[in-house]
Amino acid sequence: MEFLVASGIGMMTACGVYLILRQRTFPVIVGLAMLSYAVNVFIFASGRLAIGLPPLISDAAEGYTDPLTQALVLTAIVISFGMTAVIVMMALGSFLETGSDRIDTDEPDTAEQESKP
Amino acid sequence: MSLALIAALPFLGALLPGLLIRAGRNVCALVTGSVTALALLGILLHAPAVLRGEVIQTRIEWLPALGLDANFFLDGLGMLFAGLILGIGLLIILYARFYLSSKDPMGQFYTYLMLFQGAMVGIVLSDNILLLLIFWELTSLSSFLLIGYWKHLPEGRQGARMALTVTGAGGLAMIAGMLILGNIVGSYDLTVILDNKEMIQASEWYFPALILILIGAFTKSAQFPFHFWLPHAMAAPTPVSAYLHSATMVKAGLFLMARMWPVLSGTPEWFYIVATTGLITMVLGAVIALFKDDLKALLAFSTVSHLGLITMLLGFGTQEAAMVAIFHIINHATFKAALFMSAGIVDHEAHTRDIKRLGGLRHLMPVTFAIVCIAALSMAGIPPLNGFLSKELMLEEATHTVWLGNHWVLPALATIGAMFSVAYSFRLIGHVFLGPVRDDYPHKPHDPGFGMWAAPALLAVLVVAIGLLPNAIVGKLVEATTLAVTGEAIVVNIYHWHGLVPAFYMSVIAIAVGALFLKLHKPLEAAWLSAPRPEAKAIFDAIVEPIANLSRRLTDWMHDGAITRYMAIAVLAILAAGIFAYETGAIGRASRTMTPITLVPFIGWVLLVGATIALFAFHRDRLLTLVLVGIVGLMVSVAFAYLAAPDLALTQISVEVATVILLLLALNFLPKQTPRESTAGRRARDGIIAGAAGLGVGGLIFALMMREPAFTSIAEYHLANSKPGGGGTNVVNVILVDFRGYDTFGEIIVLGIAALVIYALTEALLRGGPANDRLLAWKPDQKRAGDRHPLMLVVATRMILPIAIMVGAYIFLRGHNQPGGGFIAGLVVAIATVMQYMASGFGWTAARQRIDYHALIGYGVMIAGACGIGSWFAMRPFLTSSFGYVYPPFVDKFELATAAIFDVGVFLTVVGAVMLALASISRIAIRAGETVNLEPFDIQPDGPSQPQEGR
Repeated sequence: MEFLVASGIGMMTACGVYLILRQRTFPVIVGLAMLSYAVNVFIFASGRLAIGLPPLISDAAEGYTDPLTQALVLTAIVISFGMTAVIVMMALGSFLETGSDRIDTDEPDTAEQESKP
Repeated sequence: MSLALIAALPFLGALLPGLLIRAGRNVCALVTGSVTALALLGILLHAPAVLRGEVIQTRIEWLPALGLDANFFLDGLGMLFAGLILGIGLLIILYARFYLSSKDPMGQFYTYLMLFQGAMVGIVLSDNILLLLIFWELTSLSSFLLIGYWKHLPEGRQGARMALTVTGAGGLAMIAGMLILGNIVGSYDLTVILDNKEMIQASEWYFPALILILIGAFTKSAQFPFHFWLPHAMAAPTPVSAYLHSATMVKAGLFLMARMWPVLSGTPEWFYIVATTGLITMVLGAVIALFKDDLKALLAFSTVSHLGLITMLLGFGTQEAAMVAIFHIINHATFKAALFMSAGIVDHEAHTRDIKRLGGLRHLMPVTFAIVCIAALSMAGIPPLNGFLSKELMLEEATHTVWLGNHWVLPALATIGAMFSVAYSFRLIGHVFLGPVRDDYPHKPHDPGFGMWAAPALLAVLVVAIGLLPNAIVGKLVEATTLAVTGEAIVVNIYHWHGLVPAFYMSVIAIAVGALFLKLHKPLEAAWLSAPRPEAKAIFDAIVEPIANLSRRLTDWMHDGAITRYMAIAVLAILAAGIFAYETGAIGRASRTMTPITLVPFIGWVLLVGATIALFAFHRDRLLTLVLVGIVGLMVSVAFAYLAAPDLALTQISVEVATVILLLLALNFLPKQTPRESTAGRRARDGIIAGAAGLGVGGLIFALMMREPAFTSIAEYHLANSKPGGGGTNVVNVILVDFRGYDTFGEIIVLGIAALVIYALTEALLRGGPANDRLLAWKPDQKRAGDRHPLMLVVATRMILPIAIMVGAYIFLRGHNQPGGGFIAGLVVAIATVMQYMASGFGWTAARQRIDYHALIGYGVMIAGACGIGSWFAMRPFLTSSFGYVYPPFVDKFELATAAIFDVGVFLTVVGAVMLALASISRIAIRAGETVNLEPFDIQPDGPSQPQEGR
């Protein structure tokens, strides 16, 4: 199992990093979402894996997995939604304002020139 | 009154002026003054005890692990300074009320002033050097705001920048010095440090610490060669100059030297560095002051000179000299603040501070003349005023002090300093007030109203009173302060007449030659002007400008606008750090065995990895990207469910839905394809970076998972205390709403702010401008659906809504004991509501829901906060939860926990934030010409088949 989780995290990280290095807003947003998955699972996995041992106190339970990393990740998931929503809005705003969804400002903005009537 | 409260009062008071300025300038000044007066009263209530030699303490543990505690103590030295800061502060508030013109924003001024006052009081009351350093930096920052108060004046801005650069840099040096000191002693408590003189002076780190601390003190107190910032800071409004640059901030350096005197003084290093610096500063400042035509510049250099005098006395390292230094601190504060305020009055009335344009004012401004006369004569050291007493004592100390085996250097130079001091004081009276009345003043001057001269007049009265009865008025204070500085009791007995001692002759010579200098001012000035002098500002600029240019080049080079570049640099830097750690650290053997891989998780892994690889390949097709991201998210939630994290699985899957809806809404307005722009080389480079990052992260977590934790996990504590302490069996939920409730509280606030930011961005976009134009001219680039509001979908969502809300309530209620809770319930309810929007459109749904999402966020945060505050009433810390069981008839017993109220707050915030974010984007769609439907669906099952639509 550990290998599957680790390789999954690695793949998601690689994909996320590749996408945030693109030059348009949308792939960068998706890349950040992928990185969020990777980071959330990473933090979760740092509590070590356990199968069938949910952190629900009961007399019948044989043991519990680490509840702390779960609590950390739970809020992280919700916060990453908030963050994604903000950057989506920023991307949308910048596209509507400039007519271009490029993120680098150093290169000449050809898209803007084209979109202007 | 608790010392912590006294230190906090000015900061609390800083909030008031900005609000109360709407009620008028008098109310504003009155309230500001009342706060200061209250703090002063707090100090005075402690005065009897402190004068008896007691030390008042207030200790509050703040960050004990770092040695940073909010400890305060009040001894004689602290009381003297706190009294000066608050007492003169009170006078300045009165004076500023009449000095500032109606165009100046007075609320802002008082707010800055109170911030500064709080920082100063904090310095003098701190019993922890880390705390002291924080306040020290705060004075630099708040004085920057005060000096640059007149933002329209370039001199004001430059002066403020220079003061901040010099004193801020000095403060940094002092931080280093203080930390060294704390390390030598092993404590950051000032009282502990002050008890360890031998340990500190024996340490090989004594000299570096001494130098660093002195740099901090010298820069703050404008000692040579850092004296140049003070005259430039005179661009500030005069109340600021009177307050900061005569009575308080520049004395912070002196305070620090006096405070550290018991442990740092008494060594040859201390004597030669401090006494010599003070001596040079005293003479240099006095000489320059004589040739300044700007009244405030003259006073500024005279302040530099007097600060030098006090520094020199502290440098002597004897108890008597320290006593004289303290006495002179009091005297200088009284006469110099009065002089600054008078200079402000002259400037205010005559519209110029140029001595060459003034003269003969004694007939026009008799009251101001009287005040200046008393204060300036005291500054010159004319008997029987207080300045005479301390200057005489200073000369006396100088005659006893040997410098490099030489008996006459110190007395001679001290006398020269005194000569120039007499000369510029006389010039101040002679060239401004005496002489014939002129008819070419920029503005016809006359005495101002009582409000303006009341403060300097009171100080002038003090000058005379202390001069006549020094022992009765300040004797006890000086005794208590000297005890605090030197650690040994002293009996203060100040005489006017010491007999025909050397100091007497030195005084006579100084007054005679000083008067002669004034007579010869014209030729002396000509000589001075023709002599080459280094211009401090030019040197300062020559040093600062290249540094600023270098940092600008560095910043421009790193931040050239290419975000992809920053991202690449960041990823590479993190990778490098990881490789470095891997290469240098030791990694133990794997101590855990791998959990066996079964078929179902393996299929999930294949799906996840397959979707991820497909994302690499097809990320240009944005709709497909969303589908693939959806698969990844789904697999992640399945993994959470499989790996014993039911709460995470529920949260992840509901967030997933909301995220995909959000991205779909946004994608409606974005291009549907990403063009292929980067070269193959660049893609390969990015691929290598991404691959390395993925390998690194994957390898790290694999290594982590295969080993037991290096430290004992705190998970056990949470598991053990969840039921008995938090009253819930779902440990994750108990952690969220109870153990770490404060974190969750912060998180829902962040979430609420994020939603409000989205709303604000939408508002800004729709307000007009290119985005609005573009939206109004919007042409859909995709085919529209034939049936925008399908009957089946509408009916299904309608049926689902109450069920979904019930499910939400169920998930919420069971959250404390079973998977669920406010976060998940909020997401479920939000998604159920969003479904209505999707099925029947924005207009129809918005017309039928009466909930304001902003208010929902606000209520949520407020309920959570109120729940936290509620525990204060039970005398428990913020957000302490409690629970109990109730036994209603006919049903089983159930539990009531205050944490549930907190969870309601979480629930409401989540619903409000998610809905506000999605609704904001929908509003953009309406602006782009999306039709607003009035009916639930386009095709009426029971009527005409024509859709009814409106815009």
